[in-house]
Amino acid sequence: MSGAGVRAERRAGWLFSAPALLAIALFFVLPTIASLALSLTDFDIYALADIRNLRFVGLDNYAALLADPLFWTALGNTLWFVALGVPLVVIVALGAAILVNERMVAWRPVWRVAFFAPYVATLVAAAVVWKYLLHTRYGLVNYALGTLGLPPVDWLGDPRWAIPAITLFVVWKSFGYAMLIFLAALQTVPRELIEAARIDGAGWWARLRHVILPAITPAAGLVAVLSIVAMFQLFAEPYVMTEGGPAQSTVTVLYLMFEEGFQWWNLGTGAAVAVVLFVCIVAAALVPAAAMRLLRVRRV
Amino acid sequence: MTAGRAMTALAALFAAITLAPLLWMVSVSLMQPGEAGQFPPPLIPADPTLANYRELFAALGMGGFLANSLLVSTLATLLALLFTLPAGYAFAKLRFSGRTATVQILLALLLIPGQIGMLPLFLELKVIGLVNSYAGVLVPWLAGIIGIFLVRQYALSIPDELLEAARIDGASEWDIFRHIVLPILRPAIATLALFVFLGSWNDFMWPLIVLSDHDLYTLPVALASLGRERAQDIELMMAGSVVTTVPVLLLFLALQRQFIGGLLAGSVKG
Repeated sequence: MSGAGVRAERRAGWLFSAPALLAIALFFVLPTIASLALSLTDFDIYALADIRNLRFVGLDNYAALLADPLFWTALGNTLWFVALGVPLVVIVALGAAILVNERMVAWRPVWRVAFFAPYVATLVAAAVVWKYLLHTRYGLVNYALGTLGLPPVDWLGDPRWAIPAITLFVVWKSFGYAMLIFLAALQTVPRELIEAARIDGAGWWARLRHVILPAITPAAGLVAVLSIVAMFQLFAEPYVMTEGGPAQSTVTVLYLMFEEGFQWWNLGTGAAVAVVLFVCIVAAALVPAAAMRLLRVRRV
Repeated sequence: MTAGRAMTALAALFAAITLAPLLWMVSVSLMQPGEAGQFPPPLIPADPTLANYRELFAALGMGGFLANSLLVSTLATLLALLFTLPAGYAFAKLRFSGRTATVQILLALLLIPGQIGMLPLFLELKVIGLVNSYAGVLVPWLAGIIGIFLVRQYALSIPDELLEAARIDGASEWDIFRHIVLPILRPAIATLALFVFLGSWNDFMWPLIVLSDHDLYTLPVALASLGRERAQDIELMMAGSVVTTVPVLLLFLALQRQFIGGLLAGSVKG
């Protein structure tokens, strides 16, 4: 190939990727780094009006945050969402994937679309619908409980129930995507292997336990990481369903960042919350990887 | 075959529970004002009416919000394609110095959630003068790293000989991209367009932050704001939810094969 051709290809490479790289640098990398810088200042409504009011305050925002009970409430609530939601998403999604992948089941594409529909639905609209489904007196959820002889629950009005209620909604909304990840993994399990296990006398449960589950462990790890990251980013759900209430029982870390930054215009404090959130997400996302390594070591 | 029947029944039950909230939304949106606030909660409208939709469009400006959402999502899709397609192809097929390092940096950036930089991005747009405009809402869709990797993944399967042959024939790099690469990338283009359209339609937090003018609101922002004013009007709120989410649900139903196929392919390779 001629030297001019190589040069043309090289130039095209940069020209083709430059617009996207420029946009990523300007509107993603720069703001992310700036978050760190912003968290070390007292940027507030006065600095917004006149930048000369801006002062460098070191780690003061972080110190103030650690002393703020609302921050610990938000962090605790978020961890509660993670602890409750992630296992539920894994279990429900895996169940759905096994059903949809089972050749004995008729009309599988229909069920697959049905299970996936909530994931596509607009989050705000679905949250509005669930707010009324969970209504204490007129909601379908309490009506269903009533037909089973159970007393009504004040889902979104009782601080003890608000997080489980919103988690229920989040699991409904997001399990379809996790189901697809499991489905992709299930489809890599060779049919011959399952058949061989069956011929050897393994029942449905034994085949699931010893042939299918080991093959999809990596997928389960991926689903866990993705759900953890998603659970740390809950915002619209409490914003629409509870406005962070009752008694701040559904304020999440991201909700706190939004309130500090855009409600009270404490952008310095808000940026500190964002940095803490990022550290939490990275730390939490490492948990499934560590757990899987442990599991692998034990099996060997 | 009774085991198969039982499992099919289980799948059907599970699907019915999954779809119930969406079906209930449509049903209540057709009820008379106040009808849903009874015990036991009615499942089917006794006397179906379009009154809630009439109020939404005639008195509450829902038509404007619908137009806003259509405009924002269409622009987001076009802009994302314009920025992502050449970059994804370049990272897959064009040999230029720094390519491998750039791809690795982009992969690492995938781990950072967009919300981390939202406050500085807001300040940045305020300086440029894009706050409270659609340009401000659209900006994050220009920087879609996942889209670049989706295109790159697909472009990797283009045979090098095809591109080399075109080069020997004297075609310019742009001609090759325009006339050879883009037609091959068509399935990736469709998948990407669908994802960006749905994503920007459903997006809530960023438009909520950037848009302060009520007339500029997209559907999710307008619906959330309506929900705080008219929380008691269940039927009206359900009609608003239908207008907000049914367009994307229909789009998904029409293109579900492509959508689910795209996701499955992505997660197998990823």
